[in-house]
Amino acid sequence: MIQHFLRRALQAVAVMALATLVAFLLFNYVGDPVSNMLGQEASREDREGLRERLGLNDPFVVQFARFAGKAVQGDFGISYRLQRPVADLLAERLPATIELVFASAIFAVALGVSLGIFTAIRRESWISRTILAVSLVGVSLPTFVIGIGLIYLFAVTLGWLPSFGRGDVVQLGWWSTGLLTASGLKALLLPAVTLGLFQMTFILRLVRAEMLEVLSADFIRTARAMGLTERMINTKYALKNAGLPVITIIGLKLGELIAFSIVTETVFQWPGMGLLFIQAVSFADIPIMAAYLFMVALVFVLINLAVDLLYVALDPRLRGRAA
Amino acid sequence: MSDALTPVAKPGYLWTRFRRSPLAMTAAAVTLLIVGGALLAPLLASQNPFDPAALDLSNGLFKPAWLEGGDARFLLGSDDQGRDMLSALLYGSRISLLVGVASVLFAAVMGVAVGLIAGYAGGWIDTLAMRLADVQLTIPAILIALMVDGLARATLQPAVHEAAAIYVLIFSIGIADWPQYARIVRAATAVQKTLGYVSAARVMGVPAPVIVFKHILPNVLTSVMVLATLGLALAIISEATLSFLGVGMPPTAPSLGTLIRIGNNFLFSGEWWITLFPSLTLVILALAVNMLGDWLRDALNPKLK
Repeated sequence: MIQHFLRRALQAVAVMALATLVAFLLFNYVGDPVSNMLGQEASREDREGLRERLGLNDPFVVQFARFAGKAVQGDFGISYRLQRPVADLLAERLPATIELVFASAIFAVALGVSLGIFTAIRRESWISRTILAVSLVGVSLPTFVIGIGLIYLFAVTLGWLPSFGRGDVVQLGWWSTGLLTASGLKALLLPAVTLGLFQMTFILRLVRAEMLEVLSADFIRTARAMGLTERMINTKYALKNAGLPVITIIGLKLGELIAFSIVTETVFQWPGMGLLFIQAVSFADIPIMAAYLFMVALVFVLINLAVDLLYVALDPRLRGRAA
Repeated sequence: MSDALTPVAKPGYLWTRFRRSPLAMTAAAVTLLIVGGALLAPLLASQNPFDPAALDLSNGLFKPAWLEGGDARFLLGSDDQGRDMLSALLYGSRISLLVGVASVLFAAVMGVAVGLIAGYAGGWIDTLAMRLADVQLTIPAILIALMVDGLARATLQPAVHEAAAIYVLIFSIGIADWPQYARIVRAATAVQKTLGYVSAARVMGVPAPVIVFKHILPNVLTSVMVLATLGLALAIISEATLSFLGVGMPPTAPSLGTLIRIGNNFLFSGEWWITLFPSLTLVILALAVNMLGDWLRDALNPKLK
């Protein structure tokens, strides 16, 4: 157990080191940072001076260590395009993305798990069959097509919900939240559903499969033979055992929500980090790309570790071995 | 004993199962229809939608032919440039399919090679390759594709980049997907390695590369086939997503994703057909390929026979 955990921690460190290295290589070697900062007109002396001041003449290892040290403190230099510190830009955009990802995670997990349980318990009913057929289509629907469809229906045709932006936001210190105003909540609805729909269908199918597997296990048959009520069997025995693998996958799917928030934010012009990143990719704004890569890798590593810990907390068998 | 060694899939058997599954036949027919349309695009299309000389602005924004305000020459309507949507779809599917198939091939060839070598060699080569695959799998494929694309944008001149866009796309989607193939092939190779025919070949002094690529490879290809079919649907969706985000195919050589991106600008003024038809084509294509992949997986699974 401890060995397993050490291996995972080591892997996490490896991922971060690799991400930092790629970010560093991007930052220093893609394009010429000196001409990016000074423009093409600068004199030879100016260039050499800046190279020296930026430490670009130092050995590779020294430069990398300096980059990593700054990255850990959240310093990623200045955006080429926007001419502002990358850290500030990211901090401004962070709340929007986090609120969006959380709202869609709650939507995906709540609906996915309950529909998954329902379709597993009532597997013969026509409602379950319909839900399953629709979920198959859902897997083939690209996120941006869902978004466009929802915009056309609810914003263009019906005019019920806004099609872009966050609505009114309230400033709580440096955190800007859209969760406290009616227009903010309305604006959140469509993007959150768009982002969560794919993961919802995925979780639904997973929960259903796990439940069906557990429900056909011997201990459930024993419970039935002993005359326990169906409700008791489903909630107390089946669900608990089906939940374990589901939690791991859901944790990993949270990472995908962050990746696909880039798409959703583009469709809805949601002012989050994903939109910032996609603009950086189109304009080859390397510092922002490097910083985003670093942050996303960090979030993924943390999610993976958290899932591992949660697994130990939830599975008594693993706890026993650890002690 | 020998039954366990031979792959379950025999062509005749697969064909019989296929003929008995209406779902698989429908999915195959739909896929073939789109592939055929894409291949024959220059013959079928009424105009070359990307030749500026063929476009006439006075034909702009026709609705689909069966609606009021439609024009018989433009079956699915036209966009603001007077471009026939049906022709644009045919040419767009061509690019979408090309990128999809090429990137799946790229990912499969790379993944299969890595998986075969890692599985057969074992030891530190195996550990290194599989750890690398693990690390890459923690990060969603779409992010990796975006990163690679951004990198290409930063290193290439804009003019060069536009001409090379299709290769950049194929590379970035392909490189994001190889670990899945590597994992599955490595596991299968590790099993094959312990079987009699491999030991026999080794004793006879057959060189390792010949054993790996000539004798083991055909026996692990079945699982690759399923993965590649399902992967094709994913690759087509990835390509469309990147193009929709504006970092894929440029408007001068649009794929379905680029067409949706262009059409999205007309949604608010009520010209829904410019987005709807490319979106529908994309979803139907992805769904059909997905269904084929699902069917193939079940058909090749010996447990379900």
